Amino acid sequence: MLNHIRPALVLTVTLTLLLGVAYPLAITGVSQAALPYQANGSRIERDGTVIGSTLIGQNFTGPTYFWPRPSATGPDPYNAAASSGSNYGPTDKRLVDRVAEASQQLGGQNIPADAVTTSASGLDPDITPANAQMQVARVAQARGIEAGRLEELIASMTQLPVLGIFGEPRVNVLALNLALDELAPEAR
Amino acid sequence: MTIIGWVQIGLVLIATLLLAKPLGLYMARVFSGERTWLSPVLSPVETGFYKLAGVRREDEQGCLSYTFSVLAFSLAGLLALFAILRLQGVLPFNPQGFGPVAPDLAFNTAVSFVTNTNWQNYAGESTLSNFSQMAGLTVQNFLSAATGIAVAMAVTRAFIRSKTSALGNFWVDMTRATLYVLLPLAIIVALAFVALGLPQNLDANFVATTLEGAQQTIATGPVASQEAIKQLGTNGGGFFNVNAAHPFENPNAFSNYLNIIAMLSISLALVYSFGQMVGNRRQGWALISVTIIMLVVGTGVVFWAETAGNPLLHGAGLDVAMGNFEGKEVRFGQSMNALYAAVTTGLSDGGVNAMHSSLTPLGGLVPMFLMQLGEVLPGGVGSGLYGMLVFAILAVFVAGLMVGRTPEFMGKKIEAREMKLAMLAILILPFVILGFTAISAVAEFGVSPILTPGPHGLSEILYAFTSAAGNNGSAFGGLTGNTPWYNTTLGIAMMLGRFAYIVPVLAIAGSLAAKPRVPASSGTFPTDRPLFVGLIIGIILIMGGLQFFPALALGPIAEHFAMLAGQSF
Repeated sequence: MLNHIRPALVLTVTLTLLLGVAYPLAITGVSQAALPYQANGSRIERDGTVIGSTLIGQNFTGPTYFWPRPSATGPDPYNAAASSGSNYGPTDKRLVDRVAEASQQLGGQNIPADAVTTSASGLDPDITPANAQMQVARVAQARGIEAGRLEELIASMTQLPVLGIFGEPRVNVLALNLALDELAPEAR
Repeated sequence: MTIIGWVQIGLVLIATLLLAKPLGLYMARVFSGERTWLSPVLSPVETGFYKLAGVRREDEQGCLSYTFSVLAFSLAGLLALFAILRLQGVLPFNPQGFGPVAPDLAFNTAVSFVTNTNWQNYAGESTLSNFSQMAGLTVQNFLSAATGIAVAMAVTRAFIRSKTSALGNFWVDMTRATLYVLLPLAIIVALAFVALGLPQNLDANFVATTLEGAQQTIATGPVASQEAIKQLGTNGGGFFNVNAAHPFENPNAFSNYLNIIAMLSISLALVYSFGQMVGNRRQGWALISVTIIMLVVGTGVVFWAETAGNPLLHGAGLDVAMGNFEGKEVRFGQSMNALYAAVTTGLSDGGVNAMHSSLTPLGGLVPMFLMQLGEVLPGGVGSGLYGMLVFAILAVFVAGLMVGRTPEFMGKKIEAREMKLAMLAILILPFVILGFTAISAVAEFGVSPILTPGPHGLSEILYAFTSAAGNNGSAFGGLTGNTPWYNTTLGIAMMLGRFAYIVPVLAIAGSLAAKPRVPASSGTFPTDRPLFVGLIIGIILIMGGLQFFPALALGPIAEHFAMLAGQSF
């Protein structure tokens, strides 16, 4: 039996040092040197303050901003330290009621599905172009800006599939709202 | 379903198939003990490890000794990981200051990673320190995968060799799998992941002030290094709670393709290595086609069901064309969610990029069914290959019964002893899955952690034990698995699913290695032709279908008809 125990213990320890310490630290070192922006979480700064990560959705509730998708994280939506989906099954009454209520508030017709469903992570940074279009009237009124200019903004901020194949058309909500602040600053 | 969706599915699968041959040939060299282009760098490291461990690489083991080594190494890994999780409060790299993981959760997590299941009852970003993620989880992501590859190579040698008891040396196979296969690939994939946007740092969380003036705490850490081996080793346990649906684990379409290709590549290539090592590449391709056919069908069903959507929600005025969107991210799209769901469960990966719990009933049935088929499509690294060989043995046996000849596979006669052991291995799955599900479904402590009542509730339990016993690790996340009952029973299910399968499989290997290799004759049933591919698919479907159909009828199928009838729970 002893001839099994020695290699088991020795290889567990040595391979832990190689795979659990050397490997991640080496990858960290190379990444921090070569790709610091990505390696540190794709942070966005404005006026010297970190205002978020371009990859992580953040919550917008005021009428002057485009809204992200509903989020199921707790205790608050878009809690980026505790990712979570709703995990409701398709026949869950709470899901059916929540979607019905949310789409009622948005007019109840031809609602883009992403506007009333929670994402898998609760941190989805994107919305569909259709969802952004749907919000134009509200934002235009709240900002006192022509709807046409917002349509143009959305078109310019829409990420299309690469070569028309790879990826989905989407709009990054934080990037859109940052551009919106540039285009039509709110009276603060 | 869309044409562009199918084009993406096709391209990802083609990319993986193109990798199968070069990677398969490379691994065949590695496990035949030959020199490779990495040898000048790795050979001294390898030799150093053997010296320290007292391993003599020319000492080959019989099946009993090989089995003991697998078990001893897994036990050492289990104890080490359990200790790290319990002691993380006093260990370094703990910027968030997390305390020790609770004993039942630490047990569950340790078993989960040592068995290559990677079931997540823990929420990574709010429970585990960077040290636990790196020295604990990342290490077992490598080692459990390397153990699977080693066992698969021992079984492969049983077919090549003749009248011997020697199956190879576990320590050498495991070390070579780690050093020559997993580590180099992990380095490449990890750096590619960082370039695509995955974080890789040792910081605590950072705080952002949102445009509306709120504070948002954002969790980061050494994500890319773990994500790379998580996929290559078909582990699937994520850095974050929501796994590869998290924008930091999977930020865009291209990281998603890389995730899928990384998890599929080694398992598929190992099947090719098998063909190469037994001297019949067509055999490798035949087994690969079994996998691809079934994955494409599974993907198609999920794609169709999710695009058709949930009629309970359509009444509320939703744009029907977008399909079922609950629990999905905008950036992937229905086709890549469908492919991911099929691949992660056909493999024993278990990472997810959409919440399986929120899939439509039929869309959720497919991942569950693919796991119940025995995790062989193409299954976990190593474990998929030896699982598939068990099904191949069953298939030639059935073929032998039909024509009245002694069945043989790869020149080895399949006799009563091998059949008994193969059935013993196969029957572990229904025994564990259906047994624990039945107990949980009638007990208060089993039912109260359910999130969605009605038939979906049974699906949540059934999915959990299916995933645990199949060493998959994906979940219907509605079920609160972090309870003493589920932590313990899922832990037991994972151990039985891994080791109660490995032991008979290695016994089959021992028995086959001792037999002479008989040359193929005109009466030999060819196992590298479409007829055999069809037969083995039939065997896999019948084993999975017959055993689990009643349970599936009460869960997802009942829920499907309830949904069509407009009923919610």
